[in-house]
Amino acid sequence: MIKSSSGIRKTDVINRRMFIIGAAKIVVFSGIVARLFSLQINENKKYLTLSDKNRIREWKLPPTRGDIVDYFGNVIAGNLKVYQLHIIPEQVENFNYLLLRLKNLLELSDKKIQRINKLKAELKPWDSIIVSENLSWSQFVKINNYLYDLIGVKPVMTISRNYPFKDAYTHVLGYVSQPNEKEILENEVVQERFVPGMKIGKLGLEKRLENHLIGTNAIQRYEVNAYGKRINQLEHQKGEQGLKIRLTVDTEIQKACGGLLKGKAGSISVMDIYTGDIIAMYSSPSYDPNLFLFGISQDEWQLIRNNPLKPLVNKTLSGLYSPGSTIKPIVALSALENNVINTKFKVKCTGKMELYGQTFHCWKEKGHGWVSLKNAMKQSCDTYFYEVSRLLGVDRLNNTAEKFGLGKKVLGEYFDIEKKGLFPNTKWKKNNLGKGWVLGETLITGIGQGYIQSTPLQLCMMTAQIANGGYAIKPKIIVDNNPLSFEDAKQSMEKGLLYDTETKSFKDKKLFKDKKNIKIVQEAMFSSTNERFGTSYRSRIDDPRYQFAGKTGTAQVKRISKRERELDLELEQIPYKDRDHALYVAYGPYINPRYALSIIVEHGGSGSRTAAPIAKKLFKLIIDRHDLRNKQSNFERITI
Amino acid sequence: MFQNDRLNNEITLFKKIKNLDYILVISVILLSIVSVFVMYSTDGGEILFHTKNHLVKLSVFFPLMIFVAFFNIKFWHNFSYVFYFLVILLLIWVSFFGIKSSGSQRWMDVYLFVLQPSELMKVAIILCLAKYYHRLKIENVNSLTSIVLVLSIILIPIIFVISQPDLGTSILIASSGLIILWLGGVKIKYFIYSFIAFLISLPFIISFLKPYQKLRILTFLDPDRDPLGAGYQIIQSKIAIGSGGFEGKGFLKGTQSYLDFLPEKHTDFIFTLFSEEFGFIGSIGLLLLYSIIIFRIIRIGSISRSNFARLFCFGYAFAIFIYIVVNLSMVLGLLPIVGSPLPIMSYGGSSMLATMIGFGIVLSAKINHKQIIS
Repeated sequence: MIKSSSGIRKTDVINRRMFIIGAAKIVVFSGIVARLFSLQINENKKYLTLSDKNRIREWKLPPTRGDIVDYFGNVIAGNLKVYQLHIIPEQVENFNYLLLRLKNLLELSDKKIQRINKLKAELKPWDSIIVSENLSWSQFVKINNYLYDLIGVKPVMTISRNYPFKDAYTHVLGYVSQPNEKEILENEVVQERFVPGMKIGKLGLEKRLENHLIGTNAIQRYEVNAYGKRINQLEHQKGEQGLKIRLTVDTEIQKACGGLLKGKAGSISVMDIYTGDIIAMYSSPSYDPNLFLFGISQDEWQLIRNNPLKPLVNKTLSGLYSPGSTIKPIVALSALENNVINTKFKVKCTGKMELYGQTFHCWKEKGHGWVSLKNAMKQSCDTYFYEVSRLLGVDRLNNTAEKFGLGKKVLGEYFDIEKKGLFPNTKWKKNNLGKGWVLGETLITGIGQGYIQSTPLQLCMMTAQIANGGYAIKPKIIVDNNPLSFEDAKQSMEKGLLYDTETKSFKDKKLFKDKKNIKIVQEAMFSSTNERFGTSYRSRIDDPRYQFAGKTGTAQVKRISKRERELDLELEQIPYKDRDHALYVAYGPYINPRYALSIIVEHGGSGSRTAAPIAKKLFKLIIDRHDLRNKQSNFERITI
Repeated sequence: MFQNDRLNNEITLFKKIKNLDYILVISVILLSIVSVFVMYSTDGGEILFHTKNHLVKLSVFFPLMIFVAFFNIKFWHNFSYVFYFLVILLLIWVSFFGIKSSGSQRWMDVYLFVLQPSELMKVAIILCLAKYYHRLKIENVNSLTSIVLVLSIILIPIIFVISQPDLGTSILIASSGLIILWLGGVKIKYFIYSFIAFLISLPFIISFLKPYQKLRILTFLDPDRDPLGAGYQIIQSKIAIGSGGFEGKGFLKGTQSYLDFLPEKHTDFIFTLFSEEFGFIGSIGLLLLYSIIIFRIIRIGSISRSNFARLFCFGYAFAIFIYIVVNLSMVLGLLPIVGSPLPIMSYGGSSMLATMIGFGIVLSAKINHKQIIS
């Protein structure tokens, strides 16, 4: 009985204690439910995001660059389908065997094989290694033929930059290539969109307009597992091609310029004198930018780098030359504007001029006799311009020259390599050389020698502004969003105003005091080309449709010694480096002018013999394409 | 009384089947079905190794549960000490000849599967102590000899298990043992004193922990201190559960497990996968199912005439509860990571075997609830 009562007491104890535990259990379970609630309901969003971050990985693909087209819509920098060869290491059964096969098929170098092996060690086994960026068609076919034996190899079609006109636009467009680390960090847009294998503009407009041309990445979203392996593709977000950019240039003329300067070092610029459109801008020699796309070979690079004609220098924008006699129209204009001379003013040329015991020679040893402005310009009499500049003084000359764009960048915002040249004055010499101006320096400045330095494009713009009646223009190479038609530009200019597309207002663009003076200079330039004894008379075109006016120039590269002057050597007898630069500036047609050009042939001898004949060949083409260009006015506008 | 005894001894098989606790049996079946589906999901939606093995084990151990139930509870009472000593022997055997895996030695190959005797000890300790307190006079419960004896009964297996090393199972064995002490009537102040003593000696205990165990505690306190190393499991587990949301990502759609972000998803982290795919609703449902099981066990205990059955049922209910709480707290980031499976759900033969034996004894107590054990 005791046992049984003890049993009952025990049961009571057990039940009581069980009750306490039961209560504790409910509390603990509630705690767990609360935790579940907080994780799954309250913080669900946070953890859902974290889970997606875990499983979704994005792969950016290289963006497609925008096309660059010429004025007529011809693609001058486009995109081309290229065939590449990728290896996916994890799919390869025998890597060394595969490399051996590829080495034989594609004739890969040992260095390349080493690089592939290095990449293989660095990358994840499911990341593809690019063996060849640009397979030729025959290589591509070969690979496809042997594909059954090349497990793990993937022929891929992708897009690459392409310059169909090869060397024609190299100095305008530049080229694209793989960026280095510094270049990626420099540009935020590039930094954001960079993916291995992507190419960016290295030079020229390709570099300047990078952020417009670049385009946006296509994005592929993949689900990945904990080890980073792609499981399946969730989404493919298409990228947008970069902006299409239309230039003012005319490929036919640009190509013609290249042809005319073939084998020579020099530059040709052609400009619309009303709109400031650059029709052509060619620096010779050029090189094929396509060579740089997939990494240029050492041999090819050395060939370009060591070429004595310096293909890497953009002579149009960063070549600095003494303008020589091509400056004379400005000297004449300045003297007329400052009432230093008039059309009747005459100077007697005896072949030389003495000043403070120093002799200044005219190019014609026998002298020109009594010459007026028109004759002096026509025959490019140096003595006349020595005298005129002596009377004018360098500071007044500088004033006019700068108004017409000398000593300033023409397209500065687009090309960082552009040089601004130099048009000296007394203040400049004092500040920079610490010496006072000497009158003799004024005389040689008056014939475009001495300190004066100009780029071919500056000379072209200077000529254009004389040709359009003396109005300032703003040269441009990109068609902007509200361009003025040639007719509108001409009309507004004749009213003395020019529509400025940047400020969207009309501005006074008159560069002269008296319109008559411009006319006098224009006529003098006309006679230089179209009248007997004119320096470029031999290069004239009589047909009024093509008739042009111009001014030759011959810029000395070194001082001519007395002995050399007496020898009067033929061009071929002088060492190349010592030969004069040949220059020519012109505009046409003479009636209703439309275009101006400047031609420079380095070490080409005299302007009349080397440079002016080029203009003759070019003008016909330029003016023949005039109507075609006018028809393009309704062409699709591209916003920048 | 004697007649009664005889009567009970001669319950027919039909009656035994009729007297099974069907709520408990159906709950266990439901849980088994859920576990098979979840295992199927861990295999990535295919019937592979884990699913197959899990099914085989269920189909062996579930009948075993019924088989165990058909033995009179008196038999289990008589068998208790033997069972306890058998498991102790197995633990000793394992400590010498056991299979080593990832730094610990806890398993033995028994052909059908790899047995982990420490799992069996979780049931054996309850059985053994229930019998002890059933036989002990209430006056002697707080006597020194009795307390020393029961503490030894608990400590001996724990020493073996801890040296394997296996902290998680040791804690579970200790708590299963201590709960019987509590139910048996050991003075509350002893529990309070020893708890205080435990707190005081905690730094001392920690200094005895293995480096990886210390790391787990540190990681528990701040999982972000090494997100790709020690903290990885708990961070990924929380992400999986949290991203499940209210209704879950759907069956077979748990990205965390499918894409291998979840560690140990077959075993200790099985709830994480379940919760990711079935969400808050599913988790509550699972907890409810477990609660029903626990409640039924307590109910069977409370209708049992013998204190042995009562103590065993209450103790086993608590043990199941502790397994669930420790496992869930671990995957929810409420406790440091200690290896502890979720009953029935987790992959692992020993745990399932032990759990099913436990359920079987509980069912036996139900069938024989009128049985008096003298």
